[in-house]
Amino acid sequence: MPGKVLVNTTINGEATDFRCEPRQSLLECLRDILQLTGTKEGCNDGNCGACTVLMDGRPLTACLVLGVEAEGRNITTIEGIARGSKLHPLQQAFLEEAALQCGICTPGFIVSAKALLDRDKNPSEADIRLWLANNLCRCTGYDKIVRAVQKAAAEMRA
Amino acid sequence: MKSFDYAAPRSLAEALRLLSFHPRARLLAGGTDILVQMRAGRIDTDFLLDTKGIPELNELKSADGLTIGAAVPCFRIHEDSRVRSKYPALSDVAGLIGGTQIQSRATFGGNVCNAAPSADATPILIAQGATCRIIGTGGQRTVPIELFCTAPGKNVLKQGEILISFHIPAKSKTTGAQYLRFIPRNEMDIAVVGAGVEVALENGVVQSARIALSAVAPVPLFVPAAGDSMVGKAPSAEVIAEAAAIARDAATPISDMRGTVEYRRHLCAVLTRRALEAAIVRAGGKN
Ligand SMILES: Cc1cc2nc3c(=O)[nH]c(=O)nc-3n(C[C@H](O)[C@H](O)[C@H](O)COP(=O)(O)OP(=O)(O)OC[C@H]3O[C@@H](n4cnc5c(N)ncnc54)[C@H](O)[C@@H]3O)c2cc1C
Ligand code: FES
Ligand code: FES
Repeated sequence: MPGKVLVNTTINGEATDFRCEPRQSLLECLRDILQLTGTKEGCNDGNCGACTVLMDGRPLTACLVLGVEAEGRNITTIEGIARGSKLHPLQQAFLEEAALQCGICTPGFIVSAKALLDRDKNPSEADIRLWLANNLCRCTGYDKIVRAVQKAAAEMRA
Repeated sequence: MKSFDYAAPRSLAEALRLLSFHPRARLLAGGTDILVQMRAGRIDTDFLLDTKGIPELNELKSADGLTIGAAVPCFRIHEDSRVRSKYPALSDVAGLIGGTQIQSRATFGGNVCNAAPSADATPILIAQGATCRIIGTGGQRTVPIELFCTAPGKNVLKQGEILISFHIPAKSKTTGAQYLRFIPRNEMDIAVVGAGVEVALENGVVQSARIALSAVAPVPLFVPAAGDSMVGKAPSAEVIAEAAAIARDAATPISDMRGTVEYRRHLCAVLTRRALEAAIVRAGGKN
């Protein structure tokens, strides 16, 4: 029976160690071991994007990454997006544009969109839709989400 | 998911040594196929060997053709400026597998090794004449990619062997390639049919052409006769239509929720024609 492995990572800017079994996904490690429950589980097979986190700046679905694969990596979760009590422009724009209903998809959308805005300050609507194609929302409709990302992008350029 | 041990070796030698101790080991690249299959109980292994730390598998280099390490994630292939300028069809395909998050992880190596009939990378790699570099304890061997997949989910690798990389030969300036797939959505779906083609022109005449299809046979299907039918001819509409018809007639699709046999055969001809037209434009031919 394989034992637990010690994993050394940086999560939201802080050096973080945790112990997990190799079979545990990064999503399970974040939620169940580290109590970072902002990252959501939808499908657990890579389709819905609710579990999106950044690893070394790239968005990926944490349900398709093993916790042990986070060794030496820099992880950003939704908990690391706001600066203290100040919401990130994306979070603010999602609220103002009512870009959520049940909210389960929201952390994934915001983390994915942050990765986009970190590399492209002025994405077109088509760029945004393509970039967010790996994130599903079953409540809101995508128009409000896209508008919120556009608004945040404008805010961040100002 | 059942329990297993995990290791992330830093060299091929170490990887081969670990594999020799673990006869039921499986290899991990981006995990976007294998982790899903393990969770579903379709794969039973006690040892997962992560290939992402092996330098040779991370190589993406364009000197004397193009070498794509088996563990290079799609986003690197998609964003690489040399790949985009010299092998735009490969860049395109790396940008259409899954979505942003999947492309952060998914590799061409995993796509080909997983041997799904619907794999998107395999047909374009066949069209572009890729070869597969493989290593085992007995040494290295090279296999043309059209011989790599042997049945759904099966390939030529023996237990203990590792796919190192794909090599795509250098192309003339008048060579063009294209992969087109049909899916009901704009992105994030499995091909109903896909067609990957490459056309090399010389003085306005087809010097060579290679055509491969996805999702219409047990393995990604290379149709040499379709490309060969164009050789020595100017790529007119009739010549393209004939090649597309040969590709269609070689397809042996099944009916499933994504499409019927008739629909898939029809799509084979349409997509092959459109892919050829686009490849010819890329090759600098007028079409
Ligand atoms: C949401 C979603 C969307 C997807 N969309 C697409 C799509 O549009 N088109 C498409 O074609 N596929 C798609 N896929 C399937 C999958 O992402 C691709 O097939 C991907 O390229 C697999 O690569 P990987 O690196 O993740 O492979 P892994 O899952 O790591 O490995 C796949 C197989 O290859 C073997 N393997 C890996 N590396 C090696 C090696 N070096 N030597 C020998 N064997 C090796 C593994 O043991 C395993 O059997 C999708 C998957 C998901 C979850
Ligand atoms: S929970 Fe990971 S993609 Fe849906
Ligand atoms: S707000 Fe409910 S799934 Fe998006």
